[in-house]
Amino acid sequence: MAIDLDTPRAEPQHVTPTPIVVTRDYSTPDRIFRGGVQVSGAGVFVLLVAIGSFLAWYGWPAFKTAGWGFFTHSGPVTPGSSSGFGVLASLTGTVEVAFVAMLVGAPVAICTALFLSEYAPLKTRSSLIAMIDLAAAIPSIIFGLWAFFELQPNVVGFSTWLSRHASFIPFFKVSSPPLNASIFIAGLVVGIMIVPIVASICREVFSLAPAGEREAALALGASRWQMIRTVVMPFARGGMIGAVMLGLGRALEETIAVSIILGGSYKVTTEILQHGGSTISQLIATNFGSGGQLGLHDLLLCGFVLFILTLIINLAASAIVNRSRSGAGIDL
Amino acid sequence: MTTQTAPQGVLVTTTSASTQTPSSTRPPDTERGPAGGSGSGPGSDEPPTPPRPRRLPSPIRPSSFGAEDVFLLVASAVSALCLVWIVFYQLTSLSGGLGFLVAWYLTFLALTWLGTAQVIERQVATDRVVGVVVVSAALLVIGLVLFIVVWVAYKALPSIHWGSLFTKDQKNFQVADPNALRQVGILHAIIGTVEQVLIAVAIGVPFAVATAIYLNEVKGFGSRTVRTVVTAMSGTPSVVAGIFIYSMLILTHVLSYSGFAASLALVVILLPSVTRVVEEVLRVVPSGLREASQALGAPEWRTVWSVVLPTARSGVVTAVLLGVARIVGETAPLLFTAFGSQVINWNAFSHDQGALPLVIWSDVRQAQPVLIALAFQAAFVLMSLVLILFVLARIFSRPRGRKGGTRRGDSRPVEDDLMARMFVPVPIEESTDT
Repeated sequence: MAIDLDTPRAEPQHVTPTPIVVTRDYSTPDRIFRGGVQVSGAGVFVLLVAIGSFLAWYGWPAFKTAGWGFFTHSGPVTPGSSSGFGVLASLTGTVEVAFVAMLVGAPVAICTALFLSEYAPLKTRSSLIAMIDLAAAIPSIIFGLWAFFELQPNVVGFSTWLSRHASFIPFFKVSSPPLNASIFIAGLVVGIMIVPIVASICREVFSLAPAGEREAALALGASRWQMIRTVVMPFARGGMIGAVMLGLGRALEETIAVSIILGGSYKVTTEILQHGGSTISQLIATNFGSGGQLGLHDLLLCGFVLFILTLIINLAASAIVNRSRSGAGIDL
Repeated sequence: MTTQTAPQGVLVTTTSASTQTPSSTRPPDTERGPAGGSGSGPGSDEPPTPPRPRRLPSPIRPSSFGAEDVFLLVASAVSALCLVWIVFYQLTSLSGGLGFLVAWYLTFLALTWLGTAQVIERQVATDRVVGVVVVSAALLVIGLVLFIVVWVAYKALPSIHWGSLFTKDQKNFQVADPNALRQVGILHAIIGTVEQVLIAVAIGVPFAVATAIYLNEVKGFGSRTVRTVVTAMSGTPSVVAGIFIYSMLILTHVLSYSGFAASLALVVILLPSVTRVVEEVLRVVPSGLREASQALGAPEWRTVWSVVLPTARSGVVTAVLLGVARIVGETAPLLFTAFGSQVINWNAFSHDQGALPLVIWSDVRQAQPVLIALAFQAAFVLMSLVLILFVLARIFSRPRGRKGGTRRGDSRPVEDDLMARMFVPVPIEESTDT
C-alpha cells in the first residue's frame, strides 16, 4: 500500500519528495487479533467439513450393507439389520413435498415481493416487510401445529374435490381414501413456510433494478405491469431463480412441520392426496432411536444425503443470487 | 406515430392504435402538424393564431384509481361470487370451502379483466389484474401470519392456568384427574430452553462476530472461502445439525443427552445466521471512521474494538436478539441432543433436559386433551417469546435520527434487510472492494 505523492506540477524544479510507504508491519497485539479472527474463520470451515465427514463416517456401515439398493429401493428401519432399508420412498416423498411447496409458494412469494418493492405505499413498506420477516421467524413447529389443527381439516375437502374432479391428472388419483396426513398437505405448509424466504430475496433483487430504466419505461408510457415485465423482471431473472432455489433448499430440509403432518410410509407413491408418504428429514426425526445400532447408521446416512443435497442447491443458488445482485450477466 | 396527416377521429380513441401504449401519454396534438394540417376548417388561412384545440378525452392513467374502478372491482367480485355459487352448489354439486374460494378468486380475476377491458382498455385491464393478484397475494401472506399468531393465542388462552403453567413440570400428570391441567406446567421446558439458548448464544455469538470481523475487517487469506462456507452452512438442515452433534459427541460418549449438547447443535444453526447479520452491519460502518482511526495511529484491533464495533453496536444487538428468536423455536436439533424430559433438570450438562419446542412436539401427538392443551400453551409462550424478541430487534435496528449508513449505490434502509438476513439464507454479498 503506497501513498503516491505526485510532484506538484506547478514547480517542476522542486526536489521530488520520497514517497511515503505505509508498510503492513503488524504489532504483536494486532497479530494476535488477526490470528484470533482467522481461527474463527477457519473454525467455520472446519465445522462444515466436520458435519459432512462425521455423517459420512457413521453412515458408511449402512451403505456398505445396503449398497446402491439404499437409493433404489425402500424399506423400513429394522433393528439389527440394514439390508432391508432403502431411502427411495423418502427421497421421492421429499421431492414431491418440495415440488408442491414450490408450486404453491413460489408464485405467491414472487407476487408478495413485487408488492413490497413496487406496489406498497412507501410509508407502510417497512412495516409490511417486517410482517413478512415475522413469517420467517415463526418457528416451524408452530406452523406444524397450525397445519395439523387448522389447515388440514380445511384442505381435506379441497383434496376430495381435486381427487373427484381432477383425477385424470395421475398425481391427483386416490386409491386408498383417507385424505389427511398427505404429501399434498405437507407440501402446502412447507409452501407457506418458504414464502418469506423467496419473497425476501426477490424483493431485494427487484429493488436493485435501476431507477433510470424504470423511469424510462414509465416515461415511454408503460403501465406499471409493463414496466415490471420489461425492466424489473429481466433485471431480476437470475435473482428470482436463485431465490426459488434457496426456497427449494428450505423445502427439502423442513423437518418438524412435515413430521407432524405426515404419517410416514415405506411405499413409493405418486398419489400425493392420500394418507402416507415420508420425507428424508421426517424419516430421521420420527425413526430416531427405533432401529438399534445399524438403524442409526441408516439414519445418519440419510442425514448425509440430505446434507449434500441441500449444500449443492444452496451453493448453486447463492452463486446465482450473487451474480444477479452484482448486475453481471444482464443485458440492458 | 402518425401525427401529421391523421384524420380527426383516429387520435381521439386511444384504443384504436394498439401499438401505442395506453397510459398517460396524451394523444398527440393534431394541430401541431405543419400549418395545422391540410386546411380543414376556416382557421387554416391564419397561421399565427392556433386553431381552437379540440376537446381531448381525459388521458387514461392506469395508476389513477377512482370510485368507478372500485365499483368495477366490487361488481366483479360480487358477480363472480354469484356465478361460482350457482356453478358450484346448484349445477355441479361440488363441495369444499377452499375449492370454492379458489374458483371464486379465479372467476373474479377473469371478470375484472373482462370488465376493465370493456370499460377502459385491454392493457389497462392486464395491468389491473396483475395489480389485484399481487396485492391479494401479499395480503394473503400477511393475513396468514397474523392469523397464525392470533390463532395460537386463541387456542391457548382459554385453558391456560397461570398458577401452574410457570411453576410446575409434567411429572404430576394423571390421565384420570379432571383437574390435570392445574397439576402440570412447562417450567421444566422453560428452564431447559433458557439454559440451552443462553449457552448457545454465549458460544455462538463471539464466534460469529469474530468470523464477521474476519470477513469484513481483516479480509485475510481465504476469506473468500469462508464467505462461501458461511453461505453454504446457512442452508444446513436443522435436523442435520442435530444428528451431527449426536454422532460426534453422544455416539462417541463424549457427552450424554444433555442441554449442553443441544446448545452445541443450536450453535451450528446460529453461527452462519449471526455471522451474516453482523457482516451486514459491519459493512455499513462508514469506512471514513476506520480510516480516521488508522490515520491517528490506532492498531487494527483497536480500530475494530473501539471504532467499528461501537458504531455497529445496535446492529450487533439486533443480531443477537434475532439469533435468539431464530434458535428458540428449533425443534429438530433438540430431538437428538436434549431428548426432552418431563421433569425439571437444572443442570444443562448432564441428563435429558426439556425444552419448549419439545413439549409441543411430544404432547401434541398424545391423545390426552390435557396434554394437547399444554402443547398449545407451550406454543403460546414460544410464540410470545419470538414476537417480543422480534419487536425488540426491530426497535434496536432502527437507526436513530437516520444516521445509519446505507450501502453504496443503494438507498434502501439497512434495517429492512437485517431481519431477513437472520431467517433467510441470503448469500453474503461478494465484496467488490479490494
